[in-house]
Amino acid sequence: MTAMPIIPPLPERQPTDWTSPAMQARLAARYRGERNFRRMGAAALLIAASFLAFLLFTIVRDGWSGFLRTEARVEVTFTAATLDVDPAAVAGPNGAATLARADYLALMNEAAKGLDPAAGTLSDAAWLALRDRLLADPALLGQRVTVWVPVRSTIDLLAKGKYDLSAPADSRGVSDREVEAWRWLEREGRLRTGFNAAFLGNADSTEPELAGIGGAALGSLFTLFITIIIAFPLGVLSAVWLEEFAPRGRLADVIELSINNLAAVPSIIFGLLGLAFFLNFAGLPRSSPLVGGITLALMIMPVIVIAARVAIKAVPPSIRDAALGIGASPIQVVFQHVLPLSLPGIMTGTIIGIARALGETAPLLLIGMRAFVTDVPQGITAPATVLPMQVFLWSDDVQRGFVEKTSAAILVLLVILITMNSLAIYLRNRFERRW
Amino acid sequence: MNPNPAPNPAIGHNIVPKMTARDVNVFYGQKQAIKNVSIDVSSEHVTAFIGPSGCGKSTFLRCLNRMNDTVDGARVEGRIELDSQDIYAPAMDVVQLRARVGMVFQKPNPFPKSIYENVAYGPRIHGLARAKADMDNIVESALRRAGLWDEVKDRLAESGTAMSGGQQQRLCIARAIAVDPEVILMDEPCSALDPIATARIEELIDELRGRYAIVIVTHNMQQAARVSQKTAFFHLGTLVEYDDTSAIFTNPKATRTKDYITGRYG
Repeated sequence: MTAMPIIPPLPERQPTDWTSPAMQARLAARYRGERNFRRMGAAALLIAASFLAFLLFTIVRDGWSGFLRTEARVEVTFTAATLDVDPAAVAGPNGAATLARADYLALMNEAAKGLDPAAGTLSDAAWLALRDRLLADPALLGQRVTVWVPVRSTIDLLAKGKYDLSAPADSRGVSDREVEAWRWLEREGRLRTGFNAAFLGNADSTEPELAGIGGAALGSLFTLFITIIIAFPLGVLSAVWLEEFAPRGRLADVIELSINNLAAVPSIIFGLLGLAFFLNFAGLPRSSPLVGGITLALMIMPVIVIAARVAIKAVPPSIRDAALGIGASPIQVVFQHVLPLSLPGIMTGTIIGIARALGETAPLLLIGMRAFVTDVPQGITAPATVLPMQVFLWSDDVQRGFVEKTSAAILVLLVILITMNSLAIYLRNRFERRW
Repeated sequence: MNPNPAPNPAIGHNIVPKMTARDVNVFYGQKQAIKNVSIDVSSEHVTAFIGPSGCGKSTFLRCLNRMNDTVDGARVEGRIELDSQDIYAPAMDVVQLRARVGMVFQKPNPFPKSIYENVAYGPRIHGLARAKADMDNIVESALRRAGLWDEVKDRLAESGTAMSGGQQQRLCIARAIAVDPEVILMDEPCSALDPIATARIEELIDELRGRYAIVIVTHNMQQAARVSQKTAFFHLGTLVEYDDTSAIFTNPKATRTKDYITGRYG
């Protein structure tokens, strides 16, 4: 038998004194550390929130007046001679067409003479108001009526108090003549400021008082439509295949890595791809929502794949077992159980991806959606621009009137984005299932 | 292959086999989980698979309706027949096999759908009901046989996941019955249930005996003794002993069986 090693006995352990001053000090230090940590967290949140509040405050301050427009009251006589139309033809079967072709510009110039000191204050497109009025009621031909027409951006801004009139004339950005004309209009009570429907309905224009985001909004809508119909099915089917059918192994790992990397690729690179492939190789129409939508679909597809895979993975295997165990085929398991159960998660990921696509400009710059488009786009192949691009274009413009338009357009974009994100959160909370 | 195959234990004497397995080996990757198992399962009896954790009894059960197909890297060798038909033959339709050999899992896993839809799902995908009335009949009879009808007949539209654990497990049995299987495999169906719900399931198994060939995997030896007529004892991937339940529990032939049922290990 080998000799057992001799283990010295352990020294007797003293009972712990929980009330000693050293123990109390350690306890106090622990609480102090905890308090400091909480304060740091709260401070970080406060700083982040104040940045956000500052951003929102400046945008609202600069932008709210973009939703208002100043109009001037003009008296006008719809004389057939000035309009260059034959009253007999107007009464005839093609009366409306004849009226549509009339010379409203001449009539507008005629009417503007009535505003003598302020004759040049009306917008270049003021004649449109006359045409709309007469087309709505042809019986007004030959009558004298009062019409409200838009004024030039400078007068609009003067009426909104955007100029510092105490500054010297050469540095305040508005001439004495314009100020005089505005004062005369105000004295005569010929100005009113109201809701700017044109801002929401029109497309871009060189004149701030005529520019609107309607064209860009519709361009965004068309673009996102293309993005969704391409990215959603492709993304979801890829995720289903990867999660449910792909053989595990090196290939699956490589695909997974590629998708994760693709989601992190700078968006401008997708723009280059769109330029090289869809425009130069495939010959699709430049500046169109079609190409923009396909490019953005490529960009957000990895996002959808990742979100959909997470959602599919969250469906418990026991549900798959249950369905397989009573003889459901793998396709039935996927389409009747896994997809319906993971749809809320997939939808959330998709909406977040679409919100990202909605705010994207860089790839669209390269495929020509930085176009100056004065018409509301008529289809997915027509030249168009999108909301964030419109913000970019206006922020670049030298005219003072575009400052408020830029902020107003940002507000519209933010409202749409917040709505979409709220929808995503609602869907997640409403339909998320817990096991 | 096992270099030193154990002498083939009784495959099951004097029974008419519903399912037969011969020299079944199962591998998960490199690891062999089942070694040379041969066994016959009868329609008239409830057959219990017992054995310590990791002995392969659940693995073998999952071979009987090819649920191991869904496990990556699983490989099954040997021959398993249902009514003398090789279930691993290319001609065998696995979807139909699983309808004929139903399964009830360890954890109750009703679909997050209504009680009615849970039961109707199987018959619907196999096209067993032509009209709504047919389906209503199938659902009602399945729920009656599972002993659940009286408890749920007034709330068929409620979610299957809102019921108690025992009711959920009986719903899963009703779901398996609804496709009119010939064999029902139960993988530790009571391990997640309290004693009262367990007793209810055991009663139900007894009522279903004779109509379906029932194979139940259980950890609980008392349960095996209560519900089964035939018992197979698995150990380390081999079938050690297979005999009448009364014989296994009163007069085991193998020492390993004897040690296990007397609580020496497991």
